Amino acid sequence: MERIEAQDLGESPLHPDPLEIPALAYGAMAKSKPYPASVAHQTALGFPGELVENWQEKAVAKLGELVRNNRALRFYLDGCVRCGACTDKCHYFLGTGDPNNMPVARQNLMRRVYRRYFTFSGRIAPSLVGAEDLTREVLDEWYTYFHQCSQCRRCSVYCPFGIDTAEISMAAREIMDTIGMGQKYCNEIIGKVFKIGNNLGLPPKALKATLAGLEEEIEEDTGVPVRLPLDEAGADILLVTPSADFFASPHMEGLIGYAKVLHESGVSWTFSSHASEAANFGMFIGSRENMQKVAQRIADAARDLKVKRIVFGECGHAWRVGYNFLDTLAGPFDFLDRRYPVPQHICEFTYDLIQQGTLRLDKSKNDHIRLTFHDSCNVARASRMGDMPGGQFEIPRAILRACCNHYYDMDPDTIREATLCCGGGGGLLTDELMDLRTKGASPRMKALREVADEHGVTHMAAICAICKAQFSKVLPKFGFDMEAIVSVHQMVSNAIVLTGSKQDEEANEADEEAGSVPAVAAQAETAEPAQAANAQEEA
Amino acid sequence: MQTTLYAVMFYVAAAIFAGGLGLRVWQYAKTPVPLKIPTTPAPITQAGATFRVLREVVVFESLFKSNKWIWLFGWIFHIALALVLVRHLRYFTQPVWTPVALAQPLGIYAGFAMVGALFALWVRRVAISRMRYISDAFDHLILLLLLAIGATGLGMKFIAPTDIVALKGFFLGLMAFDWQPLPADPLLLSHLALVALLMVVFPFTKLLHAPGVFFSPSRNQADDARERRYAPRPLTSKA
Repeated sequence: MERIEAQDLGESPLHPDPLEIPALAYGAMAKSKPYPASVAHQTALGFPGELVENWQEKAVAKLGELVRNNRALRFYLDGCVRCGACTDKCHYFLGTGDPNNMPVARQNLMRRVYRRYFTFSGRIAPSLVGAEDLTREVLDEWYTYFHQCSQCRRCSVYCPFGIDTAEISMAAREIMDTIGMGQKYCNEIIGKVFKIGNNLGLPPKALKATLAGLEEEIEEDTGVPVRLPLDEAGADILLVTPSADFFASPHMEGLIGYAKVLHESGVSWTFSSHASEAANFGMFIGSRENMQKVAQRIADAARDLKVKRIVFGECGHAWRVGYNFLDTLAGPFDFLDRRYPVPQHICEFTYDLIQQGTLRLDKSKNDHIRLTFHDSCNVARASRMGDMPGGQFEIPRAILRACCNHYYDMDPDTIREATLCCGGGGGLLTDELMDLRTKGASPRMKALREVADEHGVTHMAAICAICKAQFSKVLPKFGFDMEAIVSVHQMVSNAIVLTGSKQDEEANEADEEAGSVPAVAAQAETAEPAQAANAQEEA
Repeated sequence: MQTTLYAVMFYVAAAIFAGGLGLRVWQYAKTPVPLKIPTTPAPITQAGATFRVLREVVVFESLFKSNKWIWLFGWIFHIALALVLVRHLRYFTQPVWTPVALAQPLGIYAGFAMVGALFALWVRRVAISRMRYISDAFDHLILLLLLAIGATGLGMKFIAPTDIVALKGFFLGLMAFDWQPLPADPLLLSHLALVALLMVVFPFTKLLHAPGVFFSPSRNQADDARERRYAPRPLTSKA
């Protein structure tokens, strides 16, 4: 059904400029709302089941508490000068034209209420400074528009004061949860993490079977018994990955890639059934308590399994929580081997091996792919990889360039720190928000269309489970194949030549015949910009 | 008559300005920062992060990335305002400091630049539908207030000069609690009243961006979460 629609849309050309500013469409998205959380979803997280009687009083009190305890929120509500720098930076605004999707307008929904109850000027002259009572209409607007923010932080890059709408939308969701007005998708998922261990509700037994199936598959392909261990105490590394990696596509292909890299590294590793989920939706709903509880599972698993290192799989917001919050929430991690970063990203792990020349990568195995890379927002703007600022941009690209011959970046204004959200981040990856998700994806899809037309790009790699799931859904709506989205470690998986594998033997035989080295062992210089520039020019 | 009125007005305005601003700065400083949230890529040292904030304050780095017109008008306005303020120091210092005396001629050009940039900012706010949508009454009024201050100031320089020596005597007297007569020129009295109004609204409005920018965690935090454990003070209070 979706595919048919897609082909129709595919024939109408997209506008070439991904960042074209739309005309204002007042109220265009006023009806977009996620399903509300049920009583059971709410109470499992310690929130009231439904809207409490004195909700206004409680909401205002909660806002006050948050402002008193979060300098960012306090200054962000005070400091905005309405300069307008952010007005054209949100992908949801670009895709919908709804003025409330301009970051400053979204912030103003809360700022007005803050001014009314917590500032002198708002108390004495509300109409002059745009202060407003928290009425039922305002609350409904909060529910609508704070669920049209994917907390991607693109606006915060461009704000002269670094005001981050994500902080404000997190606070708004926390306030709404506190008065019994939660969102089903996020809260149901967090409940599953507490009850079963992961977002998908995959019980340990099923997980075990899945991993066994993957081991068989890899052995069939390569002839090498690559293991995907679960709950093996004493392993060096605990690998924490989004549970989508265990069953969805292209996530699972990425998971196979991690397993192959870890196998080739010779380091022992394990998954944990207790922490079989890297994602932490506690962040999306702005709940410190829930985020802490979800993060604690990872620390507990690491302790129980007596590992020395923690490595995260490909997941955007999980990496934000892992990189920036994990130590604060669930640390200190004195019991781990401090010679390695805590935690480490699987891309850092793979990149180090490539730098050392440990991995044998045959780029030609990806010759059917002309690739671009989608920087996932939480990796790009809320974390880092490697030792240098911006390593989160360079390291995945270096890995991809080491794995394929045809790599092209999208429009520079839509990648790296300026990257556009996939449209499904921040707890919005739910079917009832499909219209919003499609419109929010359109700027990214236009940028992809540009490189597809100019360089014949066929695939886009991502390092985030949400991005991958979202793109599989929306790509067809823009005339692309749903399989055009790939995992970074799927590219690694395709290219890697495992020691002693069928591919290895074939290559060795070919070597002997030709007396040359057809399989390109990845060299350190693949990461060099000069090489990168050459790769661009080759096209 | 106007001497007493304006003397009292300036004491009150200065008290509200300094007290209000001090209170807000103290409030920002004591509010906890629960987590590491620098917008990345960010400097990985605290010195680097401090330099990042200074770049924001001096050259408006992020705004430059964002929108060249807002940057141009906004930056010109702020730099011009700074020069104009420096120029005005001569009314409060005796003898006049050398740097202030040297910057003296620049102040005039800055006065025009300031008024021009303010007007351009206001045109943007009115002409662009996105800007109209996000603007509150105060967003327009503050621009008009600043424009009026600039216009009355330039008016005194070029149209109806006031007794500058007497004015300086008034302010030096205010500072020494030894009141001297204030000239009764309408332009001067309007200029001073508007400035007092600006001082009074400063701590209660978006003008708080001036001290606040130094407290923005997304800009002033170093990106070093894995190198140094971030364990801030526990939350101060529950509602």
